[in-house]
Amino acid sequence: MTSAPAVITLRVNGAEREVHTEPDTSLLTALRNHLGLTGARFGCGLSLCGSCTVLVDGDPVYACDTPVWSVRGRAITTVEGLAGPDRPHAVQRAFIAEQAAQCGYCVSGIVLRAAALLEREPQPDEARVREALDPSLCRCGAHNRMVRAVLRAAEDRDG
Amino acid sequence: MGELPPALATNPRLADWVRIDPAGTITVRSGKVEIGQGVPTALAQIAAEELDVAFDRIRMPGTRTGTSPDEGLTAGSMSVQYSGIALRQACAEVRALLLAAAAEELDTPTDELTVRDGKITRPDGHAISYWKLDTATLLDRAATGQATPKAGADHTVVGRSTPRLDIPDKVTGRPRYIHDLRLPGLAFGRVVRPPSRGAHLLGLDTEPIAARPGVLAVVRDGDFLGVVAEREELAQRAADALQATATWDEHDTLPDEHALPEFLTSQPADTTVLADTTPDQPAEVARTVTARVHRPYLAHASLAPSAAVALAEDDQLSVWSNTQGPYPLRGAIAAALDLDPERISVQHVEGAGGYGHNGADDVAFDAALLARAVPGRPVQVLWSRPDELGWAPFGPAAVVEVAAELDANDEIVGWRHEIWSNGHVGRPGLGPGAPLLAATHRADPVQSQPAADPPLAVGGGSGRNGVPGYRVPALKVISHRLLTMPLRTSALRSLGAFVNVFAIESLMDELAEVTGADPVEFRLRHLDDPRARAVIETAIANAPEVSGESAGRGLGFARYKNTAAYCAVVAEVDAVDKVRVRRLTIAVDAGLAVNPDGLANQIEGGAIQATSWTLTERVRFDRRRVTSDTWETYPILRFSEVPSVEVHIIDRPEQPSLGVGEASQGPTAAAIGNALHDAIGVRVRRLPLTEANVVAAIDAE
Repeated sequence: MTSAPAVITLRVNGAEREVHTEPDTSLLTALRNHLGLTGARFGCGLSLCGSCTVLVDGDPVYACDTPVWSVRGRAITTVEGLAGPDRPHAVQRAFIAEQAAQCGYCVSGIVLRAAALLEREPQPDEARVREALDPSLCRCGAHNRMVRAVLRAAEDRDG
Repeated sequence: MGELPPALATNPRLADWVRIDPAGTITVRSGKVEIGQGVPTALAQIAAEELDVAFDRIRMPGTRTGTSPDEGLTAGSMSVQYSGIALRQACAEVRALLLAAAAEELDTPTDELTVRDGKITRPDGHAISYWKLDTATLLDRAATGQATPKAGADHTVVGRSTPRLDIPDKVTGRPRYIHDLRLPGLAFGRVVRPPSRGAHLLGLDTEPIAARPGVLAVVRDGDFLGVVAEREELAQRAADALQATATWDEHDTLPDEHALPEFLTSQPADTTVLADTTPDQPAEVARTVTARVHRPYLAHASLAPSAAVALAEDDQLSVWSNTQGPYPLRGAIAAALDLDPERISVQHVEGAGGYGHNGADDVAFDAALLARAVPGRPVQVLWSRPDELGWAPFGPAAVVEVAAELDANDEIVGWRHEIWSNGHVGRPGLGPGAPLLAATHRADPVQSQPAADPPLAVGGGSGRNGVPGYRVPALKVISHRLLTMPLRTSALRSLGAFVNVFAIESLMDELAEVTGADPVEFRLRHLDDPRARAVIETAIANAPEVSGESAGRGLGFARYKNTAAYCAVVAEVDAVDKVRVRRLTIAVDAGLAVNPDGLANQIEGGAIQATSWTLTERVRFDRRRVTSDTWETYPILRFSEVPSVEVHIIDRPEQPSLGVGEASQGPTAAAIGNALHDAIGVRVRRLPLTEANVVAAIDAE
């Protein structure tokens, strides 16, 4: 049996947002349908593909399998909130520079995972980037371009 | 004058292709759609080139039935090769018309005028722009074939690696996909599929579910079940409850997956001789070498489950879909619902990567069925991941047997290629035998007919690339298209080319081996086409030598469909515990490269996807259901398993552009198989090249 609808307050991209839904609703549904933030994608609903990745307190999290009650009061960052107001985040700029996508469906989750990596490890080597991105799947075969983009972003941040 | 390209001959009205917008932009309408391959960018380059306007003035809206030219499907690596030529001609004619109109306005002969970014200027500096001309009247006419497109040497936009139009939106998370479409009043639908093939609904209690707050409709039509709710989470919970209450009659319908090759070769089949050439003087055959290979069913496994939106209102049905064929889908829905196609519109909206006929059309019909239950409300339907991996059409499993005859001089004198497979085309809207999935579940169901194969002359299906590109004096290619279809099969990127090239190129390596020849030299000796030779030589020249006990290097080559791009792949593998592909070095000749980086991206992506198919992928099933329905049971290659890929483009600006979207699939599989043999000395003929299949091959030797 599901719980009754409630008003749940989330901190998304630096702003307090109210969501009216059942507390066991997924964070992904809350973001996409209640808050209009469709940048996190539904891929499998089972925490197996990474399309839905968002950052919670800076860590990558599968939003599809995260009940909304569990992230009350925590800092949620979606791909829409990654950049500052003026220009895209270094990782996003690098993805554009490397043309690191085909269909792009997996990209927002991968961009966030990469940004989280560079926060913790500003100078990862290629193997480390691949390892960090492993939880995210890409079906189009744009992997190597994305890895190059993350390494480029690491250089840009450095310089 | 010149004959019109077929797509332009079918849709000759210039205004259907090009509209000069008041705001200083130009809208280009194409029947070809974005499926993750970036083709709108390449088409926009072609339009900007021929119209002589800046690239960023071009707008490429999604295809819409009734508005956009009908170009059938976006498939077969044909968009640039064929649609690009039509668009090029249309734009060249538009430019010529605009120039003539400006000549009149400026009272100056056309040959004294110059055109730059849509501004037509006469020698004294007086000018008029495209946007000041009465273009609505001017372009409301049929193409004549009388304008000549630019020569390759004059290109300034075509031939450059223009960044893709869609990537900035995608990396910043802006809404672009069908999944993101939020129409006013949007309701959410879910479909509950039967638990297995051939299952029939016995009992169901819909009332408690229909009475739930927020549930707008529970739909039952035979074995088709669905719900519509105000919110997506309510729709999901209602669907879960519906599934829990339904009871089904199930029975076995599927073959034994462990004996799939035997199943494929023992079924009733439609046998066709695809090629049969016999030389006047039969050669003396010194020896014959044969090989039999097998590929399993493969899933499209797009990252996004299928989704669509539909709205039923006032006898009209509007559908938003990432279908590869907006017009064929419209026809299929019209046939299924017995509606006038004029009452249906299909608007293309991007989805995740489309690698063939996936669930996009099926889910559009699901959405239409559910939308009819809530007239006036748009309904979005999203499939679950298990339904995506379990119910979308599969690329067919196959057995291929190849045999080559050598004469006393070790020249190939005879070649036989025999294929057992389901057909590769079961697309709805292209014939009566390929219903949309829900139509097979509704009351009074429509039965799927076994999938068809197009003739070899238009690319073929099972037989695609069954004709080797090598010089073989006596050739016979036979296809046995199965007349039973336990699992629905349809087009998956490269169709039969994947397994046919794998078979042919494996055998070429074996022939080289038994004759003591170098595999590269042996191929070149049997190749007459200099462009084919050039891609092989380029790939080999750029691929490093490998060393190490369990490392190996192998080559695979094909010209896709024997008419599209030439592609050679050198794979480097090691096989310590499992098979790992370290590196792919690829050479491709696609004639004029409209967008070299886009071309490289397609070749590289195709090669990585084909590596995944070759190493790990196999649709699994028991006697009733597909069991490989999550990413755990249908694993695909991950970042740390992906080989490094280097693509070398042999650009030929004066040659027609050739399709590349599927060109690397077959050569990649072949190169990996040959590299594995180089590494371990054993031929693994059963795909995928998993540890189990490698061990079985070692044991068999």
